[in-house]
Amino acid sequence: MTATAAPAVLDRDGLNALVAALVAQGRTVVGPTVRDGAIVLAELSSADALPFGWGVELDAGRYRLVRREDGAAFAHSAGPQSWKNFLHPARERLWSADRTPEGDVSFTADEPETPSYAFLGVRPCDLRAIAIQDRVLAGGRYEDTGYGRRRSGAFLIAAECTEPGATCFCVSTGGGPAADPGYDLALTEMDGRFLVRVGSEEGAELLERVPHRPAGPDLEASARSAVDAARDHMGRSLPPVDLRTLMGASLDAERWDDVAARCLTCGNCTMVCPTCFCTTTEEVTDLTGDHTERWQRWDSCFDLDFSYLHGGPVRASARGRYRQWLTHKLSTWHDQFGTSGCVGCGRCVVWCPAGIDITEEVAALDAERTALGTETD
Amino acid sequence: MTDVPVPYLVVDRRPETADTVTLRLEPVAEPLADFAPGQFAMVHCFGRGEIPVSVSSVQATGGLAHTIRAVGAVSAGLCEARAGDVLGLRGPYGTGWELERARGRDVVVVAGGIGLAPLRPLILRALAGPAAYGRVNVLIGARTPADLIDHKEIERWPTTYTGVTVDRPDDAWRGDVGLVTGLLDRADFAPADSWAFVCGPEPMIRATARDLADRGLRPDRIRVSLERNMRCATGHCGHCQLGPVLLCRDGPVVAWDRTEALLAVREL
Repeated sequence: MTATAAPAVLDRDGLNALVAALVAQGRTVVGPTVRDGAIVLAELSSADALPFGWGVELDAGRYRLVRREDGAAFAHSAGPQSWKNFLHPARERLWSADRTPEGDVSFTADEPETPSYAFLGVRPCDLRAIAIQDRVLAGGRYEDTGYGRRRSGAFLIAAECTEPGATCFCVSTGGGPAADPGYDLALTEMDGRFLVRVGSEEGAELLERVPHRPAGPDLEASARSAVDAARDHMGRSLPPVDLRTLMGASLDAERWDDVAARCLTCGNCTMVCPTCFCTTTEEVTDLTGDHTERWQRWDSCFDLDFSYLHGGPVRASARGRYRQWLTHKLSTWHDQFGTSGCVGCGRCVVWCPAGIDITEEVAALDAERTALGTETD
Repeated sequence: MTDVPVPYLVVDRRPETADTVTLRLEPVAEPLADFAPGQFAMVHCFGRGEIPVSVSSVQATGGLAHTIRAVGAVSAGLCEARAGDVLGLRGPYGTGWELERARGRDVVVVAGGIGLAPLRPLILRALAGPAAYGRVNVLIGARTPADLIDHKEIERWPTTYTGVTVDRPDDAWRGDVGLVTGLLDRADFAPADSWAFVCGPEPMIRATARDLADRGLRPDRIRVSLERNMRCATGHCGHCQLGPVLLCRDGPVVAWDRTEALLAVREL
């Protein structure tokens, strides 16, 4: 099995050749690049567009690009986007309907040409996020067909983490800086060279087309130890308790009022979260009124309209909406989809304009429950 | 979302109350798969949108009926549909009442307002096979006499007991006044050997299910139909969550033992 083939090593030219080979296959190559003061995910025409020499400084409600002396391409943490922007886009037409003058109505499914994506630089946390969205959108009784089309053709090149950010906490969500299975190729960046591990037949075939050398045991060992060391450098962590139980026991917690006083209910956390999948639909008609289209767009459980039922929203308060988001993410997601909804990427911490930190909130809920337990003992 | 609506022709429109109509629908070409009582369709009003509506009648021919109250833009548009109009339907979605699990036992049906509509095919099915079920009770509550749906039909149902009560009577009303739970004393059923099926506004569902459980009905035999905002009906849009439950997938009909604690939490 090629998946267990010995790791190879690419230099910068090899990386360029890798991107060129993907482009030559007709793939849309998407990867990190610098734009507007952030590292965003965008279509790359060559590996030169990667953010060589850029890193990030992260904190709650803070994101800054910083120069790196070492010229590394993948030594930055999660940016404002995730791969869901491409696999589960913010706007998508589902179907359209046309009405004839006689009143007949026909419905047409939307089956646009689907790009054949290659994602370059998928963080291990984001690899897990993709696996979670696979379960949610394609793993149940009904498949989101648009998601399924985009996902099944996507080629994934992971980039392992050797330098977690200050807002990272993947290890405490059961993940890690090493890539789980699910990638076609996995890169570990080591001083301008890239250790490559093969995860699929397709990955092996692609690697064959680009100049590479065997990695050798020394490079492989030092890459392993760099990734292992990253485990101990997480900037943050969730408390080491059963989060599902904690959330279930915390529905009446006072901490929800505390966080609700700071939360602007803007929904930023849900937009940047790589697993948040909620959508709403809109009906769009043309001027004749005889052509109508059904569009899906991202929605947020922080929006008042999200839970609207005739008479009003079910979750009118910020307390109710923040609680919905957090308990869903860490607890009821398990009931619904057999997995947690959090991978510890830290995006919700970074992009919250009020600097609300999920790890701090969970710790406070844990402390509140522990205090209550002490009182009743 | 996967499914694209299938065209259905409106063959009859019957006003039920000032704001509620029943639309009888026949497939224009191929019908959707058979609906079980309690399941719902996503009903599309051209140019306005889609809403989830439980079936209020299912025909062997593939025809079905929806009883719709005008409370928003889409439901108001659907209520204005005329015979000859074409609507789009997706489905069937969600869980049914599963009346057959009550075979050999007493049946208690409790409806509030338009909540009678999703229960109607269940009632007809229970009455169609009187040997299969024990005593069949139908308890109906409405705000006013003018808010009662299926009024003429109710009187003809050969139940063991049918009770109708209103919150606010008019001058012509000679029947009961008060909450629908007030009728439970007069219904004829053995609580330890009964199944209950409840649909209506959420406070009415809570009060009824608690009352039934207090009388000795097993909570897992009390089945209630709940309502939440829904966009996709296929478990992908996230709108219909009630804690761990996705109501489009795990509901709308759910057992009371699984639901009671969830409905007790404000803003869940």
